[in-house]
Amino acid sequence: MNGQRRPLLEVRNLEKHYVLNEGGLFRKKTVLRAVDGISFSVFPGETLGLVGESGCGKTTAGKCILRLIEPTAGSMEMEGEDITRASFARMREVRKKIQFIFQDPYSSLNPRMTVGQIVGEPFAIHGICSGVERRKRIERLVDRVGLSAESCGRYPHEFSGGQRQRIGIARALALNPKLVVCDEPVSALDVSIQSQVLNLMMELQRELGMAYLFISHGLAAVKHISKRVGVMYLGKIVELAETEALFSSPLHPYTEALLSAIPVPDPEIARERIILEGDVPSPVHPPSGCRFHNRCRYAMPVCRETEPEWKDAGGGHFVACHLR
Amino acid sequence: MKPLLEIENLVTTFDTEDGCVTALDGVSLSVGQGETVALVGESGCGKSVTSLSILRLVPSPPGKVEAGRILFEGEDLLAKSEPQMREIRGRDIAMIFQEPMTSLNPVFTCGSQLIEAIGQHQRLTAAQAKEKVLEMLRLVGIPLPDQRFDEYPHQMSGGMRQRVMIGMALCCAPKLLIADEPTTALDVTIQAQILDLLIKLKKKMGMAILLITHDMGVVAEMAERVVVMYAGKVIEEAPVRELFRAPAHPYTRGLLDSIPRLDVREDQLGTIPGNVPSLGSMPSGCRFHPRCPHACGLCAERVPELRETGGGRKVACWLGTPGMAVAGERSASR
Ligand SMILES: Nc1ncnc2c1ncn2[C@@H]1O[C@H](COP(=O)(O)OP(=O)(O)OP(=O)(O)O)[C@@H](O)[C@H]1O
Ligand SMILES: Nc1ncnc2c1ncn2[C@@H]1O[C@H](COP(=O)(O)OP(=O)(O)O)[C@@H](O)[C@H]1O
Ligand code: SF4
Ligand code: SF4
Ligand SMILES: [Mg+2]
Ligand SMILES: [Mg+2]
Repeated sequence: MNGQRRPLLEVRNLEKHYVLNEGGLFRKKTVLRAVDGISFSVFPGETLGLVGESGCGKTTAGKCILRLIEPTAGSMEMEGEDITRASFARMREVRKKIQFIFQDPYSSLNPRMTVGQIVGEPFAIHGICSGVERRKRIERLVDRVGLSAESCGRYPHEFSGGQRQRIGIARALALNPKLVVCDEPVSALDVSIQSQVLNLMMELQRELGMAYLFISHGLAAVKHISKRVGVMYLGKIVELAETEALFSSPLHPYTEALLSAIPVPDPEIARERIILEGDVPSPVHPPSGCRFHNRCRYAMPVCRETEPEWKDAGGGHFVACHLR
Repeated sequence: MKPLLEIENLVTTFDTEDGCVTALDGVSLSVGQGETVALVGESGCGKSVTSLSILRLVPSPPGKVEAGRILFEGEDLLAKSEPQMREIRGRDIAMIFQEPMTSLNPVFTCGSQLIEAIGQHQRLTAAQAKEKVLEMLRLVGIPLPDQRFDEYPHQMSGGMRQRVMIGMALCCAPKLLIADEPTTALDVTIQAQILDLLIKLKKKMGMAILLITHDMGVVAEMAERVVVMYAGKVIEEAPVRELFRAPAHPYTRGLLDSIPRLDVREDQLGTIPGNVPSLGSMPSGCRFHPRCPHACGLCAERVPELRETGGGRKVACWLGTPGMAVAGERSASR
């Protein structure tokens, strides 16, 4: 299936380490492994979901792909072009193809710009179309995300969270990108508004054919929108598979626990919940071997010592666990 | 069974720049002895104001409880003096908040804050108090309680702080625990730990819980009865199974349909069109009417009262009432 097609984006061994300067006598340098060697591909027109708990490195990974922050190792290829060390000028061009939607619909829009200016900003930055033509295109975009044309003259604070997220989506779509990296695009919204935005994103994808990298801690939303899903834990992807396979037969013990932890909105269903002990360890001192070993109910001696390999368990279901 | 807590027609207002707004407009609900009731609704619908009103903690000014009664064991809390309320808070009714960091004081150790909390309601020697606190930390599953006792709140993770808060809330064995979004700020695996802890403690101590949340999954797992709020009003109340099986109010139905499910495959999520109205510009009649697929002329004009429909259910909607049946048929045949 996917094997035949060329990936749109290919990420290999991506790493982002932060060097923290702790004070004190010896000025000990510690390294925070925000993203610690992750690999995945995004195919044209598909949605790849990236889930994990707070601090596991989702946002960092997303921002590295756009070079909004510089990765410390690894490589990224967009349509076969290595963009890991592309020049600033070249990245400007690449960003026409990759756009970003942020989590917070309140702070991600400039409060002093009108909606029309915000949505048309990519045209201005890249010197694409002007005058009546630009206005028409802006109005088309605004209309496409379900806002009225008169919204163009108004300011972000006059809109609700869901409407602001629509404005962000319109801006991201202005240049017909091939990939949109969406970092928690619905997490800050009310439940009834989340489904409006999710439906809109899926509709737009069917119509325009772009791919999404959909980053979220909300598993239900990720499941709904994604074709494939990767699960992150402490800077690593521990499992990646087709959505159905991942949710119906998770192979990694962390995925299994994560899925069982989500409360099901149906009081008739009684489930056994796997309660993980303790907290996620600090990315400054990740556990040796398998990073999940101190919380894993299947941990074996080998898990403490050797890091499990990232392998295909069959049918494109990737997992890193000694059990598999 | 006589309810432990009974709220009748509570009205709470706030003075804002845009004039006086009504955050709670006639809220009524009850919680029985040892019962877990979920109060659900989207952000801004008045869940937190309800809980603050019960404890008489609404910041005043700008806030004011204008009308209503809050009966706790038959006595009206609104008629109590502040010293009497201080006695009741913590001893009879305890509360835990969404963000545990803001409710713990960053400059004192967790242990000293717990000792102070206990000291407010019980006369204990220093040694007794410390032993009691350690026992509580053990009860809420804090590993190495002796060590944690001397730590400051920022040295703990969010889940750990929420455990401390729960320990603090339960140290005087209250009859009612008000938990305002106790797990919203936490990751799902930590949420599972905290919910599990609440279930265990409830079994052990038997307190009633008023659980405030916007997560229907949490409601389904925790509650016996559910009260749904929309825009400052209670719009539906039902035993948990009934509510999920057959939601009566169009808003409740819309809310349940719009949640993506892990266990069911759906191609398109249901949606509720439009936005939650703001307090300053409440729609006339039924506050949900601009977003409701069943709205008719009557809905825009007259407020539907919360009425009993049997089987412990209540709903505030014109649907199914004699006047509306006619209007409904008309709009269906159109
Ligand atoms: N500029 C920075 N300097 C040092 N550490 C950082 C920096 N940015 C992020 N981190 C750390 O990197 C790790 C991953 O952060 P990241 O924001 O990618 O997590 P996330 O998965 O997006 O979490 P969330 O769900 O909370 O958004 C965290 O431990 C974070 O504290
Ligand atoms: N101190 C305050 N001043 C003005 N308005 C307030 C205040 N506290 C709450 N409100 C308003 O009351 C309404 C209900 O708020 P709240 O109970 O916090 O909602 P939620 O259901 O999300 O807990 C909101 O519209 C909110 O803006
Ligand atoms: S490698 Fe070992 S510790 Fe890690 S998830 Fe697999 S069984 Fe658990
Ligand atoms: S009263 Fe009318 S508008 Fe309100 S929920 Fe019922 S049918 Fe809809
Ligand atoms: Mg993030
Ligand atoms: Mg609240």
